[in-house]
Parts: sequence; C-alpha cells; structure tokens
Amino acid sequence: MARHEVRLAGFGGQGIIMSGYILGKAAALYDGKDAVFSQSYGPEARGGACAAEVVIDDDAVDYPVLTRPDILVLMSQEAARKYSSDMAENATVLIDEDLVPADAVPKCFGAPTTRIAEDMGRRIVANIAMLGFLTGATNVVSRAAMEEAIKSSVPEKTIPLNLNAFNAGFEYGQRSQA
Amino acid sequence: MPATEQRVLTGNQFMNGDTACAEGALAAGCLYFGGYPITPSTEVAERLARRLPAVGGAYVQMEDELGSITSVIGAAWGGVRSMTATSGPGFSLMMEAIGLAAMTETPCVIVNVMRGGPSTGLPTLVAQADVMQARWGSHGDIQAIALAPSSCQEMFDLTVRAFNLADRFRHPVIILADEAIGHLTERVVIPAAKDIVRTPRRMQPIPIPVAYEPFRAPDSTLVPLMPAPGKGIGAHVTSLTHDERGYPATDAPAHDRLVRRLYDKIALHTDEIIDVEEVGLEDAEIAVVTFGSTSRTAKRAVSMAREAGIRAGILRLITLWPFPEEQVRAVSQRVNAIVVAELNLGQVRREVERVSAAPVLGAHHAGGALMPPEIIFQSIKEAARHGQGNGRRSASDRPLTAV
Repeated sequence: MARHEVRLAGFGGQGIIMSGYILGKAAALYDGKDAVFSQSYGPEARGGACAAEVVIDDDAVDYPVLTRPDILVLMSQEAARKYSSDMAENATVLIDEDLVPADAVPKCFGAPTTRIAEDMGRRIVANIAMLGFLTGATNVVSRAAMEEAIKSSVPEKTIPLNLNAFNAGFEYGQRSQA
Repeated sequence: MPATEQRVLTGNQFMNGDTACAEGALAAGCLYFGGYPITPSTEVAERLARRLPAVGGAYVQMEDELGSITSVIGAAWGGVRSMTATSGPGFSLMMEAIGLAAMTETPCVIVNVMRGGPSTGLPTLVAQADVMQARWGSHGDIQAIALAPSSCQEMFDLTVRAFNLADRFRHPVIILADEAIGHLTERVVIPAAKDIVRTPRRMQPIPIPVAYEPFRAPDSTLVPLMPAPGKGIGAHVTSLTHDERGYPATDAPAHDRLVRRLYDKIALHTDEIIDVEEVGLEDAEIAVVTFGSTSRTAKRAVSMAREAGIRAGILRLITLWPFPEEQVRAVSQRVNAIVVAELNLGQVRREVERVSAAPVLGAHHAGGALMPPEIIFQSIKEAARHGQGNGRRSASDRPLTAV
C-alpha cells in the first residue's frame, strides 16, 4: 500500500474530528503504519462544515496535506458540496445516505450511519458507525486496529455501545465491497 | 486524555504537536507554567493546566504575556524548571523580559508556535516569520538559542532538549515551532522516565565561601553556578549591568566584561547546541536548506526533483540559533546551488547568503498554509539550470528569488 489520503467531512457536532483522530490512531499505533491527522473547520462550534484529514502511508508521511483524497467520507450535504471537488478520479466515496443525496457525488456507497446510531438510542455514535462502514468498505485500516483505537479513545463505559455501532457499520461496509 | 499523575507518559501516543510539547516539558521535569493562552499554542497551556497540578507542579494563567514570562523567570529563581508558550503577538510582548532572562542568566523555556503576522495577522494559520525576532527581538548584544521542531515527535524531544540547554547555559531557550506542526497529530514515542536525559542545573555548593560572588563563572563554561533558593544564600539579581557580586556596576569595563561573557558562553560552545539533519545530500547538486513544517514539504519537493533527474537533498536546520554557519558553509562547498525554503520572505535566506559558497535562491511564501511542494520544486529546477549555466558563482552575487 502506498499513500492513502482520507477526508472525513460533515458538520460540527457529528464527531468528525474525533473519527479522524481514531482512524489516524488505529493506523499509526495499531497497524504499524505512519499516519498524520489534521483538521479544518470554520468559526462555528456546531453546525458549520468541518473536515478531518488523515494521511496513511507504509513509509514516513512527508507532506501532511491532502493533495488528491482517494477516500472521501461525507456526512452532510454541505460537506459534500464543499469538500469533494479535489478528490482523485477513482476515489472511494462513502456517504450517510440519509443526509447526503446519492447524486451529490458520482459513484458513492451509502449507509444509514446516523440511523444505525439512532436505532441504538445514541445518535452520538453515528461517527463510529461510519468508521465501521469505512473499515468494512476499504482496506485502508484493519478491523482489529480500529477496535483497539476506539477502545483507547472513548470513555470506558461507552466502549460496548461504540463497538456495537462500529460492527453495525462494518456489516454495511462489507456488503458495499462485495 | 484525563489528567494523570504519571509524569512521563511512556509508550506510543497519537498526539497533537502542542500536546507533545507539554508532555516533553513534564518529562523534562518542568514544574511551573505561566502563560496567557493564545492560538495556535493554546493546547500547550491546556494540557499543562490539567497535568501540572497532578504531578505537584503549578499552572498559572497570568494577566498578560509580560506577567507570564516574568513569572517564569521568578519560578526559575525559585528553583524549578519553568516555561511559557505563546504565539507571535505574545512573543512580541515577551521580548523585553527575554532580555531580562538573558541578563540575569535565568534558565527557562519559551515556546513560540508561529502564526502569520505582523500583528494579530492569521490567528489560526501557519507562518515561519519570527526567525529574526527570536534572534534580535530583545535589545542589546543578546545571544539566542532557538530550536525548530518539524514533527510531533520533535515537539516532545526538542522541548526536553530546550530545558537541558537552558540549564547548561543559564539562558532563555526558545522553541520556534509553527502552527502546522503544533496542530498536527501523529505518533509520538515517549521513552521510559529513566531514559529521559536531564542535564542538571549546576548549583552553588553549600556552605558558600566567605567572599561569595554569585555571578563569577567558575570555569571555561563561563556559566556561574546558580544559588539555591531558601538556603540563606544572599544573591542580588539585577537587570542592570552588574559585577561578579551581582551589584550594579554601570561603567564601561564592567559592561564589556559582562556582555562579552554572556555572549561568549554561547558563542564558544555552539557545538553543544547546533543540530542539523542531512537527507540525501551525498550525491546532491542542489541542497534545500529548510526548517520546521516546510521541511516536510521540502522532502516531497526533493522526491519530485529526483524523479525529474535533478539530484537534490535537504539540510534541515533543527537549531536555528546559533545559526549553523559551519554546516551550511560545508554543504554549500559540495553543491552547485542552494535553495532556502521557508514560510517567510527571506529571513533564513539572508543568513545562508552570508555564509554560502554557492549561489542561493529563495522559495518563499508569507504563510497561511503549508508551502506547496511545487514552489520548492520550481526553485530547485531554477537552481539546477542556474548551476549548469554559470557554474560555481560567488556568494556575493545577487541572489535570485523565486515566487
């Protein structure tokens, strides 16, 4: 695997930044790769479009900025409009199918990640369901590494809830890959 | 990460650069932080506000940057390792007291996570334009020690080193980080506590001699021993020119003697301070001299140049001050041309021009984002054409500036 550039985008409050942190941590600490995570957001604390950017490489990551994202995760319509223009030609695009119109970006895979979380009674884990979807649909990070990264990043008593959300998203991802 | 009483967070961490700086301070034994939080250095203060009290230290949010740096000086004389963290506007406000720390020979660490200036400029975005301010921002014939981290790992490592240099030289040491590194998150490997090298502060033995002179250096280091606080040692500490007893001596001989010693204690021992990294310079015709976050861009640009058949390499300045003159000169004698890449309009380039035997080109941008690799790549290509067309030119030739 060479360099992968992943952008996760949505609106403030969805846990986008946290999901970028967990993905980078999984790759850097538990998959033995090099990874850098950075973030961009507007002045709004909640509601504004925001993005988390993760570069994952087998070798040391030199330039930490995304140039042509090859994996794009979109969790809001505004984010789809704002953050999808520079993606690579054959980029894998994953969307929350209830929040992003399927025609917003050509050739994308959808999963109801927010609905999955709501069905568990906690919409707050929608980002973790999306990480499960990403892990199942791509081979950018291993399932075991992601589970370790989630366990070491979320409050201890919420670990089962988060892993359930992750696994539910992962099932959708596997189906998208197949 | 909740506050923890563990002083050294040994192990592999996935950590923000500013946070790694704070953890480096804790690992180095820092027990006092006085600061006035400012973006993009806020996470240093935030982390230490939670962590310092848990390890028996103190965090004080001061009323402004003047209070911050002077409280750090006071804490050092109180016997602990102390630091502050700021960015451009706050760094400007600290200049006078950085001179006070130099004049009173106070070991302390000042972190400047650079953002775009002048003035409040770009509060959340990167620049590297405080290089000369770190060197010359405080008045008088001051020396400067400044280190430039280019990764989250170096935010940790160089913070530890900054405390050691501060105690070795009894001098304020500046970490000249930048927003791009401060806000990046990547792997940081924190060693076991026993493997963290700590240079002890050299203290005046007790009992003190009858004719005790707190500002007389005992040996060729030219650094006096620090009097231990709370042990009944009387030591007068003043910002005025002083004699070896510490008393004001505002005359020409005393001033020349003091300022020369303050200058020479660093100038005569630069080999203990200067650190550079060479990447791919063995066969290089073009050397890119760079530092901090721009060195990450330069690595990409050098790869692009190699693919295009241009043998380029990197001389990364880990120490910015004292300036690595010998290292730059030595590289300049081996290559056809030098490209200086930095997120300012030519501050390090001037220093390189001063010592380089090869022609010097600049790849500059005022900041706001990491420098794109293409800018440096273009300068490398121009330098390669320049080197071929004219052969070796003298350093006095008018430099070319790309961009």
